[in-house]
Amino acid sequence: MSTLAAVLADGMIYAAWLFLIAAGLTMIYGVMRILNMAHGSLYTLGAYTAASLVGAWLRGGHPPLGSFLVLGAAALLVGLVVGPIVERGLLRFTYGRDEVVLVLVTYALFLILEDLVKLVWGVESYYVTEPYGLLGTVDLGPLTYPIYSGLVVLAAIAVGLALRWGIERTRAGKLLVAVIHDREVSAALGIDVSRVFLVTFTVGTTLAALGGALTAPTVAVVPGMGVEVIVLAFAVVVIGGLGSVPGAALGAVLVGLVRSAAVHLLPQLELFSIYLVMALVLAVRPRGLFVAAEARKI
Amino acid sequence: MSDARRTALGLLAAFAVAVAAAPLLPRWALFLVAVALGRGLVALGLLLLIRTGLVSFGQGLFFAVGAYAAGTAGSRLHVGDAVALVLLGAVAAAAVAGVLGLLLARYRTIFFAMLSLAFSMIAYGLLVESPALGSTDGFNVHPATVAGVPFAGRAEAYAPYLLALAVAAAAALALDRFQRTHLGRLAPAVRENELRVEYMGASVRNVVHLNLVIAAALAGAGGAVTALAVGHIDPEMAYWTTSGEFVFVTIVAGTSSVAAPFAGAILLELLRSYAVQHAPNTWQLVMGATMLGIILALPGGLWSIFTRRRGARP
Repeated sequence: MSTLAAVLADGMIYAAWLFLIAAGLTMIYGVMRILNMAHGSLYTLGAYTAASLVGAWLRGGHPPLGSFLVLGAAALLVGLVVGPIVERGLLRFTYGRDEVVLVLVTYALFLILEDLVKLVWGVESYYVTEPYGLLGTVDLGPLTYPIYSGLVVLAAIAVGLALRWGIERTRAGKLLVAVIHDREVSAALGIDVSRVFLVTFTVGTTLAALGGALTAPTVAVVPGMGVEVIVLAFAVVVIGGLGSVPGAALGAVLVGLVRSAAVHLLPQLELFSIYLVMALVLAVRPRGLFVAAEARKI
Repeated sequence: MSDARRTALGLLAAFAVAVAAAPLLPRWALFLVAVALGRGLVALGLLLLIRTGLVSFGQGLFFAVGAYAAGTAGSRLHVGDAVALVLLGAVAAAAVAGVLGLLLARYRTIFFAMLSLAFSMIAYGLLVESPALGSTDGFNVHPATVAGVPFAGRAEAYAPYLLALAVAAAAALALDRFQRTHLGRLAPAVRENELRVEYMGASVRNVVHLNLVIAAALAGAGGAVTALAVGHIDPEMAYWTTSGEFVFVTIVAGTSSVAAPFAGAILLELLRSYAVQHAPNTWQLVMGATMLGIILALPGGLWSIFTRRRGARP
C-alpha cells in the first residue's frame, strides 16, 4: 500500500516537472514545426539564472519567502531575453527548410548555449536549497514529502490550465490555432505569422526556463544538466503526439508513473523504462496518442 | 568516362594516396584518421538513409552493437583477426536492424527519427545495466591482428589506420555500386513519392527495410573499426549525442557523393581536436558556430562546393 502511494506521489511530482518542460517543446513544434534540441539548454539557463538571482536575493537580506517570486522572475527574464534573441537572430533565417535541417540548427544552438553557460557561470556547481526547505514537509503515511514538490505540481497544473485557456478562449489563441492549421492561408488572411512565431517561441522558452528555475533548488546546478532532460522531454512529447499540449500532459503523467514505478519496483529498469514506453506507444499509435493519422499524399 | 567509373577511380586514387602517405604522417594523425573513418562509415550508412528520405537519430545503437560484438568476440571468443571482427560487427548490427526494421520500416520523418532514438536509448540503458559488459565504464578491447601480424610496436599505429582505410574504401565502392542498381535507384524514388513506387509494383517497406539493414551494417563495421582503433568501448557510443553527431557529419558534409561522409568525418575530428586543444571550455561553441555557418551558407553541404563548380549533378 505504502509502495503504491509512493509510486503515485513520486510519479505525479516527476510528471509535473516533465510537463513544464514538454509543454513548451510541443507548442514550439506545433506552431513552428521545429523540434527544438536547444530546449534542454534553455532549461539549464533557467536553472543557473534562478540560482544566481535567488542567491543574491537571500544574501541581500530580503524576506526568504520572496525567493519563490524570484524563481518565477528568473524564468521570465530568460524567456524574454533569450527567446526573442534566438528567434529573431537565428531561427527566422531557417524557416521553410527541411524539418531535419531545423533539428540540426537547434542542435548547433544547443552546443553553443551549453558552452555559453560554462563561460558565464564557470564549471563548478551551484546550490540554492533554501526555497526547498522553506515550506517544511508533509507526511503521507510513512513517507515524508517536502511541500515544495507540491508547489511544483501546482505550478504545472496552473501552466496547463493557462495554456488551455489561452489557446481556446482568447483571440491570440485562435490566431495561433489558425497558424498551426495552415501557415500560408493564415498569412494570406492577414495574420502576422512572424509575430505569432516570436510569441510562441518566447512562451516556450519561458516554460523551459521555468522548469529549470523550479528544479534549481532541488538539485546541484551543473553544466550539462539539460542534456538528459531534452531526450526525456522528447519522449513525453512524442508519446502524447507532437504539437498537442493535452498530449504532453498525458505523456508526462504516463512517463512519470512508469518511471517512479520502475524506481520503486525494478530499479534496474529505470534508465530505459521511459524509452520502452515511448517505443511501445509509437508501435501502436505511430503519431502519438493525441494526433490523428494523416492521409498519404499522392 | 562514366560517373560510376569516375567515382571508383577517385576512391581508389584517394585510397592509394592515403596508404602512400602513411609513413609521412605523425602518430596522432594516423589515429585521428582511423577514428574519423570509423565514424565516417556510420555517416555513409546515414547517407543511404537520407537518400531514402529517412533521418535516424539512433545510429549510435548500431555503432555500439558493432563495437560490442567485435569487443566481446575479441576478448571472450579470442577471435584475433581484425577483418573478421569488423565483418562480425557489421553482421551483428545488420541482424539487430533486421529485427527492429520490422517496426521501424513503417515510420517516416520525425517519427522515424524519434523511434530510432528511443531504441538507441533503450540499448544505452541495457549496456549501462550490464555488469558483464563493464556497465558505464565499458571495457578494453583486445589488440587484434591483421593476417596474423599483431597490432603492436610500430604496427600499432599503422594497422588501425590501414584497416580503417581499407574498410572505408571497400564500403564506399560497394555502396556507390549498389546505388546504381535497380534496387538502389528505388531509394530516391521512395523519398520522392512512395505511392507511385508502389503503383510500379515495388514494395516500399522492403526497400526501406533493406536500406535500414545496409545502413546498420555500415554503422556496425564503423563501430568495430572504432573499437579496434581506440582500444576501448563504452555505452556512450549508443547515447543520443553520439547519434546526433553522425547526423551532423552527414548533413554538413553533403549527400551528393559517397566520399563526402568520410571527408566530413575527418574535418569534424580535426576541428574537434583543434578546438579541444585551443579552447577546452568553448570547443562545443566553436563546433556549433561552424555548423550553423555551414547550414546557413551551404544548404547542400560542404561537398556541394565541388559539385557546384563541376556543373549541375543530381
